[in-house]
Amino acid sequence: MLFGKDDKMYEFEFEKPSTVAEAVAALADEDAQALGGGQTLIPTLKQRLAMPSKLVSLTGIDGMKGVSGGDGMLSIGGATTHAEVAEAAADAYPALAALAGQIGDPAVRNRGTIGGSLANNDPAACYPAAALGSGATIMTNRREITADDYFRGLFETALEDGEIITAVRFPVPQKASYQKFLQPASRFALVGVFAAKYAAGVRVAVTGASEEGVFRWNEAEAALDADFTPEALDGLSVDAGSMMADLHGSKAYRAHLVGVMAKRAVAAAA
Amino acid sequence: MPKDNDSGIGASPKRREDVRFLTGAGNYTDDINVNGQAYVHFLRADVAHATINSIDTSAAAKMPGVVKIFTGADFAEVGGIPCGWGVTDRHGNPQQEPRHPIIADGTIRHVGEIVAAVVADTVEQARDAAEAIELNLSDKPAVVNMAGALAEDSTKVHEDLTSNLCYDWVFGNDDDTAVQAAFDSAAHVTTLDLVNNRLVANPMEPRVAIGEYTRGTDEYTLHTTSQNPHVIRLLMCAFVLGLPEHKVRVVAPDVGGGFGSKIFHYAEEAFCTHAAKACGRAVKWTSTRSEAFISDAHGRDHVTKIELALDADNNFTALRTNTMANMGAYLSTFSTSVPSYLHGTLMAGNYKTPVVQVNVKTVFTNTVPVDAYRGAGRPEATYQLERVIDKAARELGTDPIALRRQNFITEFPYETPVALTYDTGDYVATMDKLEQVADVAGFAARRAASEAKGRLRGFGVNCYIEACGIAPSNIVGMLGARAGLYDAATVRVNATGTISVFVGAHSHGQGHETSFPQVVAEMIGIDESMVDIVHGDTGRVPFGMGTYGSRSIAVCGSAMVRATEKIINKAKKIAAHLMEASDADIELKDGQFTVAGTDKSVAWGDVTLTAYVPHNYPLEELEPGLEETAFYDPANFTYPAGAYACEVEVDPDTGKVSIERFAAADDFGNIINPMIVDGQVHGGLGQGIGQALLENAAYDEDGQLLSASYMDYAMPRADDVPFYQVDHSCQTPCTHNPLGVKGCGEAGAIGSPPAVVNAVVDALQSGGKEVTHIDMPLSPSRVWSAMNG
Repeated sequence: MLFGKDDKMYEFEFEKPSTVAEAVAALADEDAQALGGGQTLIPTLKQRLAMPSKLVSLTGIDGMKGVSGGDGMLSIGGATTHAEVAEAAADAYPALAALAGQIGDPAVRNRGTIGGSLANNDPAACYPAAALGSGATIMTNRREITADDYFRGLFETALEDGEIITAVRFPVPQKASYQKFLQPASRFALVGVFAAKYAAGVRVAVTGASEEGVFRWNEAEAALDADFTPEALDGLSVDAGSMMADLHGSKAYRAHLVGVMAKRAVAAAA
Repeated sequence: MPKDNDSGIGASPKRREDVRFLTGAGNYTDDINVNGQAYVHFLRADVAHATINSIDTSAAAKMPGVVKIFTGADFAEVGGIPCGWGVTDRHGNPQQEPRHPIIADGTIRHVGEIVAAVVADTVEQARDAAEAIELNLSDKPAVVNMAGALAEDSTKVHEDLTSNLCYDWVFGNDDDTAVQAAFDSAAHVTTLDLVNNRLVANPMEPRVAIGEYTRGTDEYTLHTTSQNPHVIRLLMCAFVLGLPEHKVRVVAPDVGGGFGSKIFHYAEEAFCTHAAKACGRAVKWTSTRSEAFISDAHGRDHVTKIELALDADNNFTALRTNTMANMGAYLSTFSTSVPSYLHGTLMAGNYKTPVVQVNVKTVFTNTVPVDAYRGAGRPEATYQLERVIDKAARELGTDPIALRRQNFITEFPYETPVALTYDTGDYVATMDKLEQVADVAGFAARRAASEAKGRLRGFGVNCYIEACGIAPSNIVGMLGARAGLYDAATVRVNATGTISVFVGAHSHGQGHETSFPQVVAEMIGIDESMVDIVHGDTGRVPFGMGTYGSRSIAVCGSAMVRATEKIINKAKKIAAHLMEASDADIELKDGQFTVAGTDKSVAWGDVTLTAYVPHNYPLEELEPGLEETAFYDPANFTYPAGAYACEVEVDPDTGKVSIERFAAADDFGNIINPMIVDGQVHGGLGQGIGQALLENAAYDEDGQLLSASYMDYAMPRADDVPFYQVDHSCQTPCTHNPLGVKGCGEAGAIGSPPAVVNAVVDALQSGGKEVTHIDMPLSPSRVWSAMNG
């Protein structure tokens, strides 16, 4: 969303701590809010749709940045930008890097962070599909949360007040792909499907489509467990009744696109 | 001075204004700050229709920094915003014309209407205070759907009008029985129901206004983002604020695009001017993008049934249309002319259809006012006509190009059944050129290649004609225009021979600062760098009507030529005096005056210096100085025309359309700067493709704009459009203006939507789908739904 320069926010305090502990302390204030890359929160503030007393930027915490891996795992710091993931994960987890490299535009990718995206859990965001589709673990200052437990609906997560995503740990699959069909205006995912093949089984996560936010398509996973080919999905469909409907697509259209994008993801998985 | 290939008429020097635009040196209205200025924040309605029971500003008035708060009551003695065109309906009655207040007076009629205005020391303070204003409203049912608005039991948008009908207008053949007879005797009739989707103009620069008042001289200055500052001054002074025109200066400096939306006189302009005096301080307003969506006039929004009758030989015999056109809640400046005279007069298109009847009902709704947007009525006409012709060709099993060719007007001048006289054109030539440029012959192979990768490929073609160079003032006056539509130029030659041309046209992306000097420099034979234009300031330029309707070079350019001719005539007299020869023997070439048949000559600079240092000068016969003004009122419209072709691929799995090729063959008459013309066509095509595939200003039933930001309003991006093949080598010069020019600014936006839709229908039918029409925008979901409907 674009704003004129005279969209003025309400006043708030601003802190930019350098450690997680400082950030947690700063967030203890009532109505304090964590700020990642600000790609959703700042526009919300400019529209005066939120009135936090304090913003606590997480982008000054070096310990929350960067991509590291080994032993079939890839760990990404919560304050790592999409652009960094697109570059640093390209060899270790190419499907994830490709997803990160296609979020928004270069400006968004150079500001937006994986922790911010997952904490916000926009129903049309890309990263939730990757996290759920990979069976990732959300690491916070308090605990570890499996992706299956983390996503709780539109903009809802398992995060508690003052809890910070410090890192996300992705098991690296044998093969995977994310296929996104763009909403024509925002270029968010109208429907995005992340399909990943692990030794333990196939995971298929769908974003953009459901009224309940990102979800796993269990029926497709079962079919792909048996035969990881696009044809294995022939005849399968998601329930259109639970899909979102808006200017850009009906429930039936979104349900249809889930099937199309899932097949394409399987076909493209490498 | 010798002329090289990079200068003069027909050359393509780069746009000199782009240097400042691209290096951050432009001077846009928001760049201007006046000492001591205050800022206004407008509290805008967030409901579509409500009675304002009360407005309590007492708490807001005590907020920090607040200078003054205005409500509708403060403007009770001020006039409403006028409508510039009065249309007479089919029964001889005037259009219904509601009061259009600066600030809502008792009733809110659309989301975005100004309910109160807070002037404060800073924007933040104004906005804070606006949130403290307490409104007591009683919601009323929102009137959104046009058919519903015309129902007898509909809520009225304006209680003081008899209904929501603005006018019920008929044009062309108004004998219903005769028109029906033409249809009854037809061998084939093709009928099509279609929607011309509502659009938001979205110029890159949002609107801005700064009002200033100088107490010592009782003078006002308004800086504003306008395409026509003199028109704004006249409307605001004479109809709204009741100010003497000579006490008001309106300046439109660099303007970042208009596309029609900056023609109109807006409430914010009158507000800032009025408030500057009331507050004793300059008052500045800068629209946010969010505000622009709900306060800039929208475009299009027609719903049409069109019927085309053909005889057994596929000749067009009659055309009949029934259109509902949305006016929104109030009549914007030229709103009523768009669906009537700017639309009905174009319904003959490029074809010799003997009987044409156009019926238009304009309708008030609780939505943002609708007015001219790039093309203004002509895209709506072209879309209907070129879609119904394509449908007819499919029904008849004939080639769409052949059907068009068969019915082309081929003899000029040609009087249409809808009041226009086309002076010149060659539609066969533009179609020939199009078939070549679009490589029609290669389409079958390209389709096969697309099908091999699972895509459907379609080819769509259409023609267009537009009436530009608006307009002969006496003609438009008879049709209801409340303004003249001439333009004006003053050519001021300086002593050293450089020239400032003061023009009534306004350049906000059209490249006038480059192309206009090309003409003057060529006429005199001097370097273009010696000529500048001055525009956009009523304090400097003569009273011109501004820039819209592809009129600038045809009308204002003609005034500039006339004024330059006067300059040359006078300069020749001075040269004759200097060389002791007769005026009649003086020739001007390459900046040198010579006496025919001799080797005597004087240079341009010697003559101009003499004009201002008249020591050796025929003072008894000739005034000193070298400055001339001309007003030019055209004898007819100009008629740019052409043929466009679009090739699309459709992904049958998702319904996504991609434009693979787009070719345009235009006849713009003579061309001053081909590069600028290419750019104008490219931009127009981009907007037309945007309308066809992406853009949609959609309201819900409560009158809320669903696509009120770029999250939901899809603007065309670079990767939505192809590399264009643009050709304007077919040139039939306009017969009645001195440059033989026709105008090129709107053609792309007028001619492209039907080509896109025709191509998509062709693609779907090639895949065996029984799809005959899809309403724009052809979004993936709409195309998929049509394929699976």
